[in-house]
Amino acid sequence: MRLIATLASASLAAIAAPATAQDHSTMDHGEMDHSQMDHGEMDHSTMDHGEMDHSTMDHGALDLSAMDRTNPADETVESVDHGAMDHSMHHGMEMPTVPDQPGDAPAPLPPTDHAADAIFGADVMAASRDHLYSDMEFTRLFIGFDLLEYRVADGPDGYVVEGSAWYGGDIDRAVLTWSGEGEFGEAPETAELQAYWRHALNPWFNLQLGARHDIRPDPERTYALIGIEGLAPYWIEADAQAFVSDKGDVHLRGKAMHDMRITQRLVFEPEVEVDVALQDVPELGIGAGLDSFELSGRLRYEIERNFAPYVGVSWERKVGGSADFAREEGENPSRVTLLAGLRFWF
Amino acid sequence: MTCPDSLSRRRFIAGSGALAAALGSGALFPAWARNGTHGMTATNMPEVLSGEDIALTIGNSRFSTAGRTGHAITVNGTLPAPLIRLREGQNVRLAVTNTLDEQSSIHWHGLLLPFDMDGVPGVSFPGIDAGETFVYDFPLIQSGTYWYHSHSGMQEAMGLYGPIVVDPADGARDYDREHVLVLSDFSTMHPHEQLRRLKVMGGYFNQQRQTIAGLLAGEGQDLAERLEWAQMRMDPTDISDVTGDTYTYLVNGHSSMENWTGIFRPGERVKLRIINASSMTNFNFRLPDLPMTVVAADGLAVKPVETDELQIAIAETYDVVVTPREEAHGIIAEAIDRSGQVRGTLATRVGLAAPIPEIRKRPLLTMRDMGMDMSGMDMGDTLDLSQPDSGAMDHSSMSMRDPSVAPEVKMGPGVASLSPMPVDRLGDIPTGLEDVGHRVLTYAQLRSAEPNPDPRVPSREVDLHLTANMERYMWSINGEDFSNSPPPIPFRLNERVRVNLINDTMMPHPIHLHGHFFELVSGEPGDRVLKHTVNVLPGGKASFDLTADAVGDWAFHCHMLLHMHSGMMRVVTVRDEGGDG
Repeated sequence: MRLIATLASASLAAIAAPATAQDHSTMDHGEMDHSQMDHGEMDHSTMDHGEMDHSTMDHGALDLSAMDRTNPADETVESVDHGAMDHSMHHGMEMPTVPDQPGDAPAPLPPTDHAADAIFGADVMAASRDHLYSDMEFTRLFIGFDLLEYRVADGPDGYVVEGSAWYGGDIDRAVLTWSGEGEFGEAPETAELQAYWRHALNPWFNLQLGARHDIRPDPERTYALIGIEGLAPYWIEADAQAFVSDKGDVHLRGKAMHDMRITQRLVFEPEVEVDVALQDVPELGIGAGLDSFELSGRLRYEIERNFAPYVGVSWERKVGGSADFAREEGENPSRVTLLAGLRFWF
Repeated sequence: MTCPDSLSRRRFIAGSGALAAALGSGALFPAWARNGTHGMTATNMPEVLSGEDIALTIGNSRFSTAGRTGHAITVNGTLPAPLIRLREGQNVRLAVTNTLDEQSSIHWHGLLLPFDMDGVPGVSFPGIDAGETFVYDFPLIQSGTYWYHSHSGMQEAMGLYGPIVVDPADGARDYDREHVLVLSDFSTMHPHEQLRRLKVMGGYFNQQRQTIAGLLAGEGQDLAERLEWAQMRMDPTDISDVTGDTYTYLVNGHSSMENWTGIFRPGERVKLRIINASSMTNFNFRLPDLPMTVVAADGLAVKPVETDELQIAIAETYDVVVTPREEAHGIIAEAIDRSGQVRGTLATRVGLAAPIPEIRKRPLLTMRDMGMDMSGMDMGDTLDLSQPDSGAMDHSSMSMRDPSVAPEVKMGPGVASLSPMPVDRLGDIPTGLEDVGHRVLTYAQLRSAEPNPDPRVPSREVDLHLTANMERYMWSINGEDFSNSPPPIPFRLNERVRVNLINDTMMPHPIHLHGHFFELVSGEPGDRVLKHTVNVLPGGKASFDLTADAVGDWAFHCHMLLHMHSGMMRVVTVRDEGGDG
């Protein structure tokens, strides 16, 4: 019965298509590129026939099996039988039987003056509008530590710090990042600062333009920085940066991480970082080619979203020329550490 | 219905005042909102403001509920603000004094009035500066349930809201007793801080995400579906931005713990004037096991519709009539993401309570909420990613961000998706209520009690896209953020126009137009429901016909306060082309 009713309303929709409340005229079929919609692969049973412009559809391929979820003409609740209620997600549309299709009169041009100016004064209202717009502009400060951790390895215990601060809005931000690593009682192995302008390029990715300065290792180096960061499909946070030093050497760095939510508060975060050098930099112990990578996994417990202690493990590996340099220094190019730390931001 | 003798009432009020004091409440409740109120039909209820001259004072307060205390901004020291009760046909002068150290304002939500009395700083007037008084002065040309709130910054989220009831000129009444129910959300976290945290982390307040533990337990989407959604960077649990994680939900300023109770006598027809004054919470509203008859929507009478539950979006009002059968009935307002609920009680005497139902399971969004019309089909039943070419719908062939479907949208980082096939959802059962097993109100069921005043078919139509990047937490209309001062949306005086709202996001947006009522385009013309706010369901479309009969500049925005504040707002301007504009 319902199927028949639905069919009836579907054919009515087809007949009355130009004059329905659903208003197909707002979908510019002329501009709609149907070639991008692969009708061959599309299961028509999944589509709301009440809404479709049937003239473009292959009725032969209609699979009506899914149509019983629509519930046409369910207008008065009083008529609904509780026991037999259709818990469909949506109701079929009723098509008006009288003309209801809007005309195509042109829209007026937006005025350039403001109605309230005539009552409260143009200056007063101009100031008020400025206040309104600026009040709705988002410009705020953020400070956070992604990593603040204690590391236990074969040798002396060490630490890693990574954090950032930004000031700005949705599109443009001034960003400062800091990262460092070392063993307790020793000078830090690395201490790196980055300062860059972050600009939103599209919904998901941002451009970074700025500078990086390494206080450690010795000798200090300053680099120009260009990067892309963002959120890739599958919720993968990605960050790719290229650096050119004041000595002309070029380096690339890529990072990717992903939050795997085990429970609402327990999150496992694997991370991979890869460093590549385009040339040997012997004074920094860097060999050309794939320089080093780090694989790590951290299990954090979000007491609050912005306050989460964690434990984890990290494997850092120097490769190629960098590994040779490390061995010459008597270091092991491969290092596995256990870690525990705190992630927080405010 | 008159109240029992005034002595016992006074004693009772004193008692509940003591209760409020015991709870550490700084902001007191007005009498109509107090626990154990006998309702408003009692004559001369104290703290109900009536007459032609009304004084309101905006100030800072502390507010405590459910064991938490925070900063609140209140009117005359109460949260909610005092009930303003007026009569159709009268004039009113409302002198609003701002004792804050920042600008403030009051907007009379749903009242038809001259635009310069509408109370939106920067649009209709300059605002009320610190220490200043502004006198609003206008005639009441309608009756029904309305409300008022600040339109400055995010003061509304901090408590500056209250109810307005306008009685019909003829005094007609079809009920024995009435209660006002102001639903709201209260957080001790400042709304600006909520916004900043959402900008840093879009899901900051969502504690109901899909987890690996859930996957292993067979809950929610299966792995294939999860991967498909992850590929699109869409979260099917992203139903509300600010949630019960930080909010305490309130009925008339009372949390469940404080169990707001309205009194009735057996056999009475009780009218409930429900107002959703939340800043960020749409509610599922019901009185378990007690049918309700919806008699008005957004203040205006509708043909009575009996139902068991309704979803009341932010800024909407509904009048329902119930005939309680038991000694106590729960009044349940559940956040649509099921992160919390608030319970009040209708009872024959104070101290009774009905059982509190368990919060129902958090719904999951579907492809329909993404603007891919799947006729409500459960993707999990049909989509087999292991065989992408086997007749399953090929989503890769349907772009989630094809600008040709929305030529009027300014593309940029703030527009993450465009609904490829938005469908009219005015007849849909709202999100999460599809399978509750009882009747649920839909917009399509609402028919105006009076014939629509303007029978003309619209002379033109305009498409407005509700756009967002939920991950960056950017919100806009047609891709334009209001802080960039986009040009107003123009209408000619008395022009009749169809406005198509297309939701390109996966969240519902309660869109409010100031100064007008519009007809929702659903079913036959002639008795379409008149509304001032329409909740546009995710990925869907809602059309309304507007007769632009009120000259001036009017605010037009999403009533999710953080969305509005982030840019989902425009000015609508109505000008007399033949004259002075």
